[in-house]
Amino acid sequence: MTYGSSQDVRGRGDADDPALATVAPAAASAAAGTAAPTLATGGPTAPPRRKVSWRARFARDRSLIIMTMPAVLLLLVFAYVPIAGNVVAWQDYSPFLGIADSQWVGWYNFQRLFVNAAFWHAVGNTLLITAFQLVFFFPIPIAMALLLNSVMTPRVRTTIQSIVYLPHFFSWVIVVTVFQQLFGGAGFVAQRLADLGYDGFDLMTNPDTFLVLITMQSVWKDAGWGMIIFLAALSTIDPALYEASVVDGADRWRRIWHITLPALRPVIILLLILRLGDALTVGFEQLILQRGAVGVDASEVLDTFVYYQGVINGDWSFAAAAGLLKGIVSLVLVVGANKLAHVFGEAGVYKRA
Amino acid sequence: MTSTTHVPSPRTAGDTSRPTAARRRRRSKHRAVWEEAPGPVGFTGKVVLLAFIVLAVAFPLYTIMLTSVSTQADVTRSGGLVTVPGELSLAAYEQILSGGIVTRAALVSIGITAVGTLLSTVVSVLAAFGLSRPGSFGHRPLLFVLLITMFFGAGMIPTYLLVSALGLIDSYWALILPTAVSAFNVLILRSFFMGIDPAITDAARIDGAGDWRVLFQIVTPMSKAAIAVVALFYGVGYWNAFFNAMLYINDNAKWPLQLVLRSYVLQGATLPGSGTGQVDVATGAVTGLPVKMAVLVLAVVPILLVYPFVQRHFTKGVIFGAIKG
Repeated sequence: MTYGSSQDVRGRGDADDPALATVAPAAASAAAGTAAPTLATGGPTAPPRRKVSWRARFARDRSLIIMTMPAVLLLLVFAYVPIAGNVVAWQDYSPFLGIADSQWVGWYNFQRLFVNAAFWHAVGNTLLITAFQLVFFFPIPIAMALLLNSVMTPRVRTTIQSIVYLPHFFSWVIVVTVFQQLFGGAGFVAQRLADLGYDGFDLMTNPDTFLVLITMQSVWKDAGWGMIIFLAALSTIDPALYEASVVDGADRWRRIWHITLPALRPVIILLLILRLGDALTVGFEQLILQRGAVGVDASEVLDTFVYYQGVINGDWSFAAAAGLLKGIVSLVLVVGANKLAHVFGEAGVYKRA
Repeated sequence: MTSTTHVPSPRTAGDTSRPTAARRRRRSKHRAVWEEAPGPVGFTGKVVLLAFIVLAVAFPLYTIMLTSVSTQADVTRSGGLVTVPGELSLAAYEQILSGGIVTRAALVSIGITAVGTLLSTVVSVLAAFGLSRPGSFGHRPLLFVLLITMFFGAGMIPTYLLVSALGLIDSYWALILPTAVSAFNVLILRSFFMGIDPAITDAARIDGAGDWRVLFQIVTPMSKAAIAVVALFYGVGYWNAFFNAMLYINDNAKWPLQLVLRSYVLQGATLPGSGTGQVDVATGAVTGLPVKMAVLVLAVVPILLVYPFVQRHFTKGVIFGAIKG
């Protein structure tokens, strides 16, 4: 990522591309289906060229620029204009007056946030869910990838892969509905338990077990898909390493410890960073679907707080302040986590060009 | 050879380095020579674990699909989801697909998904190609515009205010335009395009092809797999989106399928008696489990239909694909 050097359009001779998020090429080559060279080093290097005036370069690349325009325009309107629209956080915004005529109130909305118990409750819930899922979700795709990688018959392996990737493509409405049918008050498990004489099982409305429930849902939906990047990393390990270690007498577990896991380390760290950067974003759609059933206490997170304060209660500026704060803290977290990765000598998500 | 068997299996005959015939038979031809075969305990454990994982995904889908084609009588007998096939019937599907709110919602979802996927894919392919040539004029700031959106989102409130200021409330465009471009998908395509040997495109240019021709006649046909994967990502996103519809579509006659699923199946609201006599309150069919499960299956089916064509790209990519560590 070209941090801070965006103005530096030296185009011409230096064809080196900004070193991009390594996660994108990783996922790309995993997803795109061929062994396409990854782009971290910028793909093909253009031959050194003579200095060409910017007019000539513009004329030469005009078509390319035109091609990017639809995407850039869509992003300017639907991503950048709303970024500017965050000014309502410093207003007492009223839909009838609009941004132009609403009153400016300085830091008032932020001050309200800091003394708002519901806000801090939402922050606490968000962090609790993140921490819980870091422990009980994050390792599962790694373990599954190791397990699947030990399946030798290609047909069995691809069949299992196809099946466990599938729930990733279901919507949260579908996933929550499936869980309701299985674990809800009238669901499959409750019926079987009722047959055995135990009544009143309902995982969907129990705030005490909600954390476990949403983690189960996340695992069901995304653990299989989460394997994909680890399987890709596993497939690149040089078999000669294993062979040599066997000659040296290493058993199965020592091979995993000394070869497999170190090979996965960069990917694990990369995903940890991404997760850390997303620490304040926890399954918004998943939670808003279940907020009514399980109650605000267990399910209110930052995103649902913003939605209910703003769209439902009409306290637009207050909600915008909460959302903006979340966005900024998230950005700081990504950048900080990435720095941390560099300190530990890992590639991280992006590097300076 | 330690074996004293009188009739050695033909495969081990003469092979004195192998310990026993049994051991030999279990050895998979896919297993590397150096790797020991798992012991009986390890093997059983693996099979049990994998079977559990597969069943955890497959069983809920199986019982839901079975319930949707079962009769209300079978549902009552099994006390909920049906696990053993009884009398099968497509009545639930006839009911939800014979006009009315579910039919309409399905059509809305199909329309949004079709238009949105086409728009997003075309825009993303264009942008990815436009940014794929190293050293082209202005590609750094343009790339920067794209990348920023991966790290900083504007937030729900300002986006909502914008969409409403543009007059898109209750318009289907509100479900398409705000999520039309995903920087991540553009990067996937871009990295794929950059992997194409420049000699190929250079040759075309020397033959007089402009950038547009290079894109449509050379790069696009070479990138079908990558474009298919990205189109799947977009398509699934549009099909599954429900929150934007919840935000922007107040008129429930315009609801997409996911919102209908949420209201009438998850939250258990009774389907209103709109449309062509869809509600048969006397038999209680609409609130019946088969109908609810049929709506759920309807929301899953398009994904099941498209998935087989695209998923081989995932698995192929996983097995042969390279990863930059």
